[in-house]
Amino acid sequence: MQKRFISIWFRQLLADWQLIRRPELAEVPFVFAAPGHGRMLVTAVSAKALQSGVEPGMRSADAKAICPGLEVLDDKPGRARKLLKGLGEWCVRYSPIVAIDEFRLDGLMLEVSGCAHLWGGERGYLKEIVSRLASKGYAVRLAIADTPGAAWAVARFGKVTPLIRTGGHIEALQPLPPESLRLEEGTLAKLRKLGFYQVKSFMHMPRSVLRRRFGEGFLLRLAQALGTEDELLVPLQLPVPFRERLACLEPIRTRTAIEMAITTMLEALCRRMQTEGKGLRSGTLTGHRLDGKIVQVTIGTSAASHSVSHLFKLFQLKIEQIRPGLGIELFELEAQKTDVVDVPQEALWSAQPGLNSKSLLQLIDRVTGKVGPGAVHRYLPLPHHWPERSAGLARSITDVRLTDWNTDKPRPTELLARPEPVQVMAIIPDHPPRFFVYKGEHHSIVKADGPERIEREWWLDEGEHRDYYRLEDDKGRRYWLYRSGHQDPGQGYQWFIHGFFA
Amino acid sequence: MGAKLDILQKLKQDLLLWQGYKPAQASVSERIGLGEIEQAFPFGVFPRKAIHEFICLSPDQAAATDGFISGLLSVLMADGAGCLWIGTRRRLFPSSLAAFDVAPDRIIFIDVKTEKDVLWIMEEALRCDGLAAVVAEVDGLSLVDSRRLQLAVEKGGIPGLIIRKDARRMVSTVSNTRWQISPLPSDLEGEMPGVGFPRWQVELLKVRSGSPGSWTLEWQGDGFVQQPETRKETVAPSRLGNIG
Repeated sequence: MQKRFISIWFRQLLADWQLIRRPELAEVPFVFAAPGHGRMLVTAVSAKALQSGVEPGMRSADAKAICPGLEVLDDKPGRARKLLKGLGEWCVRYSPIVAIDEFRLDGLMLEVSGCAHLWGGERGYLKEIVSRLASKGYAVRLAIADTPGAAWAVARFGKVTPLIRTGGHIEALQPLPPESLRLEEGTLAKLRKLGFYQVKSFMHMPRSVLRRRFGEGFLLRLAQALGTEDELLVPLQLPVPFRERLACLEPIRTRTAIEMAITTMLEALCRRMQTEGKGLRSGTLTGHRLDGKIVQVTIGTSAASHSVSHLFKLFQLKIEQIRPGLGIELFELEAQKTDVVDVPQEALWSAQPGLNSKSLLQLIDRVTGKVGPGAVHRYLPLPHHWPERSAGLARSITDVRLTDWNTDKPRPTELLARPEPVQVMAIIPDHPPRFFVYKGEHHSIVKADGPERIEREWWLDEGEHRDYYRLEDDKGRRYWLYRSGHQDPGQGYQWFIHGFFA
Repeated sequence: MGAKLDILQKLKQDLLLWQGYKPAQASVSERIGLGEIEQAFPFGVFPRKAIHEFICLSPDQAAATDGFISGLLSVLMADGAGCLWIGTRRRLFPSSLAAFDVAPDRIIFIDVKTEKDVLWIMEEALRCDGLAAVVAEVDGLSLVDSRRLQLAVEKGGIPGLIIRKDARRMVSTVSNTRWQISPLPSDLEGEMPGVGFPRWQVELLKVRSGSPGSWTLEWQGDGFVQQPETRKETVAPSRLGNIG
């Protein structure tokens, strides 16, 4: 298919932007100026100032002399690029490939192959873009052609029509001035000196002649405009392989409508992922609102999935976070991270139950989606005797344990996160406690086991060892107490309660 | 007279069948390892499609309840399925579960901030078919919450175990069974010194279509073993029995 490009030229980008922000400037001629070579140079001019003869590149003092009452505003470097980036992101609604026009930083370049029919043909497409941008306050000229160079030229210098039909760009270029080819000032001066005022006068000259006089850069620009050389556009947003878009006929505000939009996009996305054997790991739903704002929600899965119902449930949990405002007019669904999905063989009878069961994975996805990550824990045994370190968090649900769980020593069913000091009466040196007081309650000990000494792992942290006792009081309640370290000459031992046995 | 009794018996059986209980010939695989206690359940089968409520009046009962539930899980999870343990202030020590024949790495712990989230996750989990059981620790449980869980469990088919850690706030709830587990002094053979196997007073305060009772159980490393009654008085059963 023949590629088609649109070049959008913002005639007074900065001035229009300033007028949108400060409508009171409409009646006042104003310019933007930035310091250069020790003086203030005019960088952008408003329409009113242009009428009085002020041009970009003038000294601001000269401009003030020509145009009394001229307002000079400070220009910040990089502002034009920032504005174009914002406008370009907005223009994504017209085509997925939008690039900033790097030549003079005053326009956008869109690759629109196969997009125009969605707006009822190229004429309607161009009209839509112009009127939407005009309604926002930007005066633009644009053109559509087979090559970016030709579109650029016609947008800025064309006098007949902005719509260059397929294959017509060479003809359209012929009457245009050489400036339309995006040439450097030196080359242009040379061309003017030699009397080339129109592209057609040198278009058909032999390349070797042109190269000798004007250099390789000139030939490249000419070739790019004529289409013999490809021009690479650097899109603002790199296209994601799995992405769905849904433009709505009318702005959407209700939950039901958002759900319908999500289902429609998910169905298409999942169908594509299924054919390629891929599954979604993380996805983003973007809603472009009527007022230009963007709303986004993101989901993640613990295992790649291309099941519409599962992914939909994950989005359903997030719908409350979407603020539709006046309405959402365009939805985008991206699968930023995909993984190969291992398609399980269909089992005749239900497969061996386990942690990798599909419904369990989906449940965990929903839980993390609702309460956030960090709530789900799974423990694996670690080769440590120190109770707090005897189990560690598993990184995923499929991690297998490398060592066996220790069952040779008694461990309490409930463990306090932080041992609490208790008052104990015990016969020195090594007898279990006779009684202890915990939370104001007196427990007299009937049976006891111990001590079990657990040394601190000195290579991990410093401190005293612990001598653990398993105790049972007269009411049958079982506790895990420990004596910390060696006897303190003045005070005796320090005792702590660390857990409760079943 | 005999005919009337027969008809009554038949009607009772039919009612149980309509309520979803299995008929009397329970296969070995449906045993839960509770021995004589299982006779208290309808048809003598531990109801798996049910909400089981465990009330704890004191912290030591909480530890005993955790132990008893771990013992139940060892049977429920015997086929390799996983289990969910949901709570807000969990004190359960994963490594200790190994002593109850449960692989702690097959239990997924979910620690959330609010009770509302606990109940939401439990309801979702009960509808999930890849699990052996769902355990939730909550403070309060309202009638509406328990009804929702009951509906979820009827749709799903895996047992839901609820530990009510602050059962002083007594409300009527919908559940198939209500248990209370309290620790009992352990007993070693021949007056040997030291602490023996964990021993509990297991009280079945309420069981739908069954007969409540009280038993003394001991976990002997690989299963429950029933012990002769050692203690007659229970923790105010009259106060607890008339609820729900």
